[in-house]
Amino acid sequence: MGKRVLLIEDEPNIIEAISFILSRDGWTVETHANGHDAVDVVQGNLPDVLILDVMLPGKSGYDILRELRAHHGQTELPVLMLTARGQSKDRDLAEQAGVNRFITKPFSNAEVLDAVRDLGEA
Amino acid sequence: MSGIRQAELARRVDISASYLNLIEHNRRRIGGKLLLDIAAILQVEPSLLTEGAEAALIATLREAASDHRDSVAELDKVDEFAGRFPGWAALLADSRRRIGSLEHAVQTLSDRMTHDPHLAASLHEMLTSVTSIRSAAAILADGGDIEPEWQDRFHRNINEDSARLADISRALVQYLDKVDDASATIGAPQDELDAFLAQKGYCFPELEDAADVNAFVRANREALSAVACNMLGMIAKRYAEDAADLPKSQLEAAVRAHGLNPWAMSQALQASPDLVLRRLAVWGEAMGLGPLGLAVCDASGTLVLRKAIVDFPFPRFGSACPLLPLFEALARPGYPVERVVSMPGQTEKPFKAFAVCRIILTDDPRMASLSQTVMLLAPLNGTAPDACQPVGVSCQICPRDGCRARREPSILGM
Repeated sequence: MGKRVLLIEDEPNIIEAISFILSRDGWTVETHANGHDAVDVVQGNLPDVLILDVMLPGKSGYDILRELRAHHGQTELPVLMLTARGQSKDRDLAEQAGVNRFITKPFSNAEVLDAVRDLGEA
Repeated sequence: MSGIRQAELARRVDISASYLNLIEHNRRRIGGKLLLDIAAILQVEPSLLTEGAEAALIATLREAASDHRDSVAELDKVDEFAGRFPGWAALLADSRRRIGSLEHAVQTLSDRMTHDPHLAASLHEMLTSVTSIRSAAAILADGGDIEPEWQDRFHRNINEDSARLADISRALVQYLDKVDDASATIGAPQDELDAFLAQKGYCFPELEDAADVNAFVRANREALSAVACNMLGMIAKRYAEDAADLPKSQLEAAVRAHGLNPWAMSQALQASPDLVLRRLAVWGEAMGLGPLGLAVCDASGTLVLRKAIVDFPFPRFGSACPLLPLFEALARPGYPVERVVSMPGQTEKPFKAFAVCRIILTDDPRMASLSQTVMLLAPLNGTAPDACQPVGVSCQICPRDGCRARREPSILGM
């Protein structure tokens, strides 16, 4: 069984596309579609790489990441953030929350795949 | 000053009391013969009368200098500058005011782009759809072994997302061009007036019968800024003249006899075609002709009145589509233009357009004649026939590829 990726994203068609390209690359992909209980889901079954959308129902990706890093000791968990906003202040927010990689929509499949491979090998 | 009443002074120098009032409050510059006449009547030195205006000018110049942190303006010589070069000083002060108002507009627009939640949400949704389409399309284009079930799924996703993208784009364009949302404007008088007219349905029964235009404008003064109120006055005057020239009862009889045929109505009523189009825009829907839109432009092609209807928006900023029959009529004054046009959308929506341009002659041989062009729009049922003319809102937001009338690229990224 390959390494595990947990994808937290609320857009079904993006979930399908990312799941497909990562599965084809040998990753085991699990998905979750809301921010409410995302921290519990991550804590309950720690992945090798976490992919986190920023705008999620219930709780933003920034808040989820801050909680994981600050309150649950997940300082080493590799996290890739996906966002529709690419302004420098959004990048700053993601970095302050403790992100490892940050890519903006519309991204290419290759960008996602490269980022996940890098984070998984780190 | 010499005990003379303001009205008497105004009468003696042949100006209105209100103009004199503006001069007294430094809102109009005074000079030349008028200055000398007033000074003579008041028995004072002419320079005494210009002191107030000069003080206001000097204050504005000081503000202009303080706007620039590293200003090298000789502040100690500002009085001398204003005194020796009053024309240049006034120009500088006017430029400073203009920069202030432009900065305010830029700030408002920038604020809107950053904080408008509807705009932000729409753009986010647009990017999400584009991402999904891009991902699924790349998977299919990459080739390799993709099971038929996955292939079907990605084809379906692309189809769904492209439909969603079309909906979002259309909604976004309509939002940006919406004429009746005063909160979305930056407060330009034309926007303010458009919002007011849209709210009233472009129909003012109180102006129909021997109307008192001034009373009408006064009654609506509270709702509008001074400039928009002034513009409303011009529209109300034209409306009242139209109502007197073609009373509602006559229009109604002509509609019953001819339906939506403004040219036949014009002949039967012995009324100018532009008058018929304007009156139909006001009352046509109430008389059973369905929703009707109206656009009026002046001789420069600038839209001065826009009554938008569903699926046929007019641009709020910038220039309209040059293919509109409105501009065809503008180029052929006096000739009625009748076209079936279609607006882009999920499906092409057809509209019947009637347009005519009337020349407004002048007796002054130095002056160019003016014109006013009117276009009436009526939606047609069904999809657009092949023979109809494609038009758009404005180039920036028009998706039509290869258009011979295009002035600039579309932001929709063709």
